[in-house]
Amino acid sequence: MSQRIPATELSANFRGRAGEALADGQLSSNFRTAMDSLMQKRANAFPDADEREGLRELGNRIKARSLSKLPDLLEQLEQKLTENGVKVHWAETVEEANTLVHNIIEARKGRQVVKGKSMVSEEMEMNDYLAERGIECLESDMGEYIVQLDGEKPSHIIMPAIHKNARQVSKLFHDKLGEPETEDVNQLIQVGRRTLRQKFMEADVGVSGVNFAIAETGTLLLVENEGNGRMSTTVPPVHIAVTGIEKVVANLRDVVPLVSLLTRSALGQPITTYVNLISGPRQPDELDGPEEVHLVLLDNGRSGAFADAQMRQTLNCIRCGACMNHCPVYTRVGGHTYGEVYPGPIGKIITPHMAGLHNVPDHPSASSLCGACGDVCPVKIPIPELLQRLRQENVKNPEEPQLVKGGGAKFSRKERWIWRSWQMLNTRPGLYRLFLWAATRMRALAPSNVGPWTENHSAPVPARRSLHDLAAAHLDSSGETSS
Amino acid sequence: MSARANILGKLRRSLEGTMPRPDEFNERLVTEPWWYAPEDRIARLRSLMEAVHTEVHPCSSGNWPALVADLLARRNLTNLLCAPGTDHGRELHQHVGATEQRVNLLAYDQPVEAWKEELFWNVDASLTGTLGAIAATGSLVLWPDRQEPRLMSLVPPVHIALLNASEIHDNLYDMMVAQNWAAGLPTNVLLVSGPSKTADIEQVLAYGAHGPRELIVLVLEDA
Repeated sequence: MSQRIPATELSANFRGRAGEALADGQLSSNFRTAMDSLMQKRANAFPDADEREGLRELGNRIKARSLSKLPDLLEQLEQKLTENGVKVHWAETVEEANTLVHNIIEARKGRQVVKGKSMVSEEMEMNDYLAERGIECLESDMGEYIVQLDGEKPSHIIMPAIHKNARQVSKLFHDKLGEPETEDVNQLIQVGRRTLRQKFMEADVGVSGVNFAIAETGTLLLVENEGNGRMSTTVPPVHIAVTGIEKVVANLRDVVPLVSLLTRSALGQPITTYVNLISGPRQPDELDGPEEVHLVLLDNGRSGAFADAQMRQTLNCIRCGACMNHCPVYTRVGGHTYGEVYPGPIGKIITPHMAGLHNVPDHPSASSLCGACGDVCPVKIPIPELLQRLRQENVKNPEEPQLVKGGGAKFSRKERWIWRSWQMLNTRPGLYRLFLWAATRMRALAPSNVGPWTENHSAPVPARRSLHDLAAAHLDSSGETSS
Repeated sequence: MSARANILGKLRRSLEGTMPRPDEFNERLVTEPWWYAPEDRIARLRSLMEAVHTEVHPCSSGNWPALVADLLARRNLTNLLCAPGTDHGRELHQHVGATEQRVNLLAYDQPVEAWKEELFWNVDASLTGTLGAIAATGSLVLWPDRQEPRLMSLVPPVHIALLNASEIHDNLYDMMVAQNWAAGLPTNVLLVSGPSKTADIEQVLAYGAHGPRELIVLVLEDA
């Protein structure tokens, strides 16, 4: 019985971790309950299918339009933000992004950082980077706080601590904070509130992500329910926003459908408690807000995905998490099994561009291709199609030029030979008939072990007579002739 | 080469020979499903906000100060943050002065750094105006300014917001267009759709995560 699965104790590969997760009844039950509820909430939030489909189409077009002029929009965003007094930084790698963030903090001699929820900062492993340099970086989203306190990583992009139940959180708060044990969620949240209020007040720097960056007005839009995002971006004297280069949209009006799609798809809410539009630092006549606002634009493999017109669609993602909520694989194995920042279907198609396909070779095939992820995606990313594409990239000959970073890791000459033979057999009628004749007559020679298939199934044995034979015999006996 | 030049260069090379996609924004999709008869707007706003534990009180420009005093008294709260330089701030000051209420009115009249401790731990409630509201999603729209800075609606455990009924818009898109937001936004714009909440533990909804535990909206029906 495992109560928690810290990243450090996990198996090294996807298959091993999946096996462990499937054997953990508590984990499965936590995920099953949560995903069922999230699916129902989303369904309730879109009572009108026509409205939903119209909005998804619009969301897709807005993102496609933004990506079709991405470099221009990034320049416009930079120019507008600069006019508004926001400093814009660019980073190709997570190392560069971490250095930029560290330098900004050091310039203010900052020692305490509070962070609103940001998946990009997870990509950067910013907490660890700063901790190694003597800077405390505290997560302030309740779920992220719980996960950080337990030395774990988020298991869901919207609900980071979804793998834990109240009893587990209570024990954690008792062990780490000396709080009395309680399974009352309200009391647990109040513990977080009390602890983090003090931290918001003391923090030298606040870090946040960005949901949408609006080029037209030079605005960073953040959605949240807790208020920790507003605290992190308003109370400390410095605010650093970190985001991927794909988050920019052209016009302010573009965010109206996108925010609606995001909050309804993610949580089934018509809108989050707070939508926070930040267009600049504190002005001379204002009494609060950060004195400095910085935006770090991170590439980290995104321009690689962008280079391929099909894979470019992965950059449509608005990080709602609906694909994982609806994924039969994710629900069963949980977020940690994926071993990467972004789990679930979306993780499977964006991680290869960041980490390289060779580091996540099992991801594209950890899918039944049931299509649920593509059906619910608010910006219509054809996730199943992209998974199939990645399966192909996975087995490409490594000597050929690779279109996806780390492609060809699962290439096997034997497998290629088998498939080529299979293709030849099925495209030449004479050869096919010869094969049928031989397979039915020599069926006793069929191997009893055909690899992983026979671990859970009986081995296939050819029939005594082929369908072809049977059909011909049937037609003869009924006196009909085939033309 | 700088990171900026490298990133933009890579993106530009990938787009060589392509045209930007046309703007196919369809405003009908974000407006028509969210239009309400004028008499239904308050009801829509109210039902959505109440569904997320917001208290909504219809009142008038004559009686709201008394209601504020009453709401505070019922909760045993005394320290209310309220901007004396605004019209509503002056009205409340007059009311409190005239009726000798046990309300201690505080002003946010210095930079946050000068009174952070007090703001975080000693303010019971705040009262702010709003720029309007959005019926479709049950949201208040706030444009913080010098009089009513950003943290006024976030840090105190109870936030009381004044809303003129005539400023309730059908949906966000119509409001943005009517007020031409795209021409320029203040440093911070907020949509607030309830008290702070979280469902991060077992998806159990808990209010008062990091922001106000209570949001109280006073709808001035004659304003």
